[in-house]
Amino acid sequence: MTQVKDSGPIVGYVQVDPEVIIEGDVATIECKSVYYKHVNQAIRTAFAGGVKTVKLMNVNGQRYIGTGISGKDLRIEVNGTAGQDMAMFMDGPTVEVFGNAQDGVGNTMNAGKVVIHGDAGDVLGYGMRGGKVFIKGDVGYRVGIHMKAYESLVPIMVCGGKSRDFFGEYMAGGLLVLLGMNSQFDGPLVGGYVGTGMHGGAIYLRGEVEPWQIGKECGIFTADEDDLKVLRPVIEEYCAAFDMDAEEVLSQPFTKLVPISHRPYGKLYTYV
Amino acid sequence: MPISLIQPEFKVKIDYDKCHKCGRCVQQCGWGVYSFNERPIPDDSKCRACHRCVTYCPAHCINITKNDLAYRTNDHWDPALRKAVWRQAETGGVMLTGMGNDKPYQNIFDHLVLDACQVTNPSIDPLREPMELRTYLGRKPDNVDVEPDGQGGYRLKGGDKISKNIKLNTPIIFSPMSYGSVSLNVHKSLAMAAERLGILMNTGEGGLHADLYPYQDNVIVQVASGRFGVNPEYLNRGAAIEIKVGQGAKPGIGGHLPGEKINKEVSETRMIPQGSDAISPAPHHDIYSIEDLRQLIYSLKEASGYKTVGVKIAAVHNVAAIASGIVRAGADYVYLDGFRGGTGAAPQIIRDNVGIPIEIAIAVVDQRLRDEGIRNQASIIAAGSIRSSADLAKAIALGADAVGIGSTALMAMGCHLCQGCHTGSCSWGLTTQKPELTRRVDPEWGAERLTNLVNAWSHELQEILGALGVNAVESLRGSRERLRAIGLDQQTCDILGVKPAGR
Repeated sequence: MTQVKDSGPIVGYVQVDPEVIIEGDVATIECKSVYYKHVNQAIRTAFAGGVKTVKLMNVNGQRYIGTGISGKDLRIEVNGTAGQDMAMFMDGPTVEVFGNAQDGVGNTMNAGKVVIHGDAGDVLGYGMRGGKVFIKGDVGYRVGIHMKAYESLVPIMVCGGKSRDFFGEYMAGGLLVLLGMNSQFDGPLVGGYVGTGMHGGAIYLRGEVEPWQIGKECGIFTADEDDLKVLRPVIEEYCAAFDMDAEEVLSQPFTKLVPISHRPYGKLYTYV
Repeated sequence: MPISLIQPEFKVKIDYDKCHKCGRCVQQCGWGVYSFNERPIPDDSKCRACHRCVTYCPAHCINITKNDLAYRTNDHWDPALRKAVWRQAETGGVMLTGMGNDKPYQNIFDHLVLDACQVTNPSIDPLREPMELRTYLGRKPDNVDVEPDGQGGYRLKGGDKISKNIKLNTPIIFSPMSYGSVSLNVHKSLAMAAERLGILMNTGEGGLHADLYPYQDNVIVQVASGRFGVNPEYLNRGAAIEIKVGQGAKPGIGGHLPGEKINKEVSETRMIPQGSDAISPAPHHDIYSIEDLRQLIYSLKEASGYKTVGVKIAAVHNVAAIASGIVRAGADYVYLDGFRGGTGAAPQIIRDNVGIPIEIAIAVVDQRLRDEGIRNQASIIAAGSIRSSADLAKAIALGADAVGIGSTALMAMGCHLCQGCHTGSCSWGLTTQKPELTRRVDPEWGAERLTNLVNAWSHELQEILGALGVNAVESLRGSRERLRAIGLDQQTCDILGVKPAGR
């Protein structure tokens, strides 16, 4: 794992402290071949030292970027491919990825904003309670599972491309949007088991889906004007992040999925 | 047609000659057994034999007996099975119940006996000589170097290499029971007792209520598939973090805390809306492999400044291989929950038929980790019906570092094992959120009783150790040579690594 070579291709990550350049309140961290633990320690040290923006250069799969970091006015820029569990448990900061992200983005996230100028992997926003995750392109399986809202915390995730199976499974709150626009997939907008076990929140899909794709706990509607009032500010913010045209996004009808019951399993049991 | 074919399980008998007609039984019963018309009139069908009314009757005039209504004898069709068929025919529902597996499986602890010293290697009197129960949970180094300390002794060289361990004054912790399944006063009692005893309580998966913040150094915070109440603050408050994968009472099953139990306070602590079901998916959807588990363990470490992270699993058939994977994934302790372990609510069919005994699980996990040379990398906590200090001592001799007590802790606070936790109407105020019931547990009273219990067990453990002629619980750990089996078959003895008595 920690083989050091002077030249040639990267053989792995090296357990060394990365090079950090601080200019004003901006820190630039060179992440090439640096082990994730040292990258993340450098990020935490930079923020603890009063830096407001951290720019990560040549990121190549380092895990846990922004994980567990709190602070509203903090910003992390990721140049490269972010690794697993980015922005997990994050509480406030903004993370912008110029590249793709892997699995687990925004896992159990509390607040903040994640913008990904590319595709992302599986298990995005698992158990997410607040904040926003905007993904420009496609997403994988198990996206938005068990997102949940609590009072002022309402998680929002917008995926610009297409999604695979289990989109919004067990969803308990928040807003999950799938646009199907910036996609490299040939297949349908979304896979099967959409919203299975859903008991809160709302899913908006740009376009139509077949009933077989949708969990039996969901009611299927066409988004009306009231829904668009909810959707419009979200889409506008999303489009601003990616330089897209909100009107074009909103020009197509959306399918809305909401739970039939807040207690889908309330009648399943008999008491002994 | 009758409303139900099921006849009451118990008979409530009131001696009206003695009865004061005070109505206290009416007020005390959480199940609504009593109505009052000049005198209390019981509805037998609602009684769960929790003895709340019996305990509080000033005239001692209430008696609860088994309904000895005869069923045609049939060893194949226990009356409980017949009743289950009727109940499901009536409702079409999955039978939900509380507490642990009550079926008559062979109890291995009751077939193990401990050794003692006689004549040679004298026993030790713990009342007069030091007897060390202190236990450290967490990863131990593969090896240590020592250097002279300049005063004729030695000290550890490079002591900073040693991972953080959690100190327990006695090898007992309170098992995870979530706020929501039990009341806040129960959580407060556990937290106060844990602080006084120098041990740990575990939040369970329902988050950490703000009233428990003063006790945070004695609290394990749990992360389960529902991720209720989990945020950076929660992770940073606990003394350790535990990933709950499974529970002995319901291996492989998620949790559904019914909406009725989600009141304002529970909703705030879990950070979910009031009145909606709190659903914990069966798996963590971000853990589908040992590699994924490692990813979660290290994300929790990253988010918490590298705290102790443990993993709780139910004892199932391949528990040894699973535990090995968990240790290799980087867990600092493995929490094994046997099939007798309690629950706030579980499908009865799962509770009574899934999983393996904790005694077997401890033995095979300890042996597997030793065989692989990784036993030092993680501690083993064993739970799932540790009923006495004898069970505690035997669990440690089989290879556990410490035990967890949940049902036993509730019993210390009044629980009578009536198995009604899932109803939310616990008359003893333990597994309920109804304010008129929860106020029955005074945290100060609860903490004192828990402290008494753990202190008593600790004294008994010291006596056992003294009899064994060792002066530290460390010397009993994994020492199966100090156990013998009575009435266990050869294969079970082999699996346990215990000889039959007489060998």
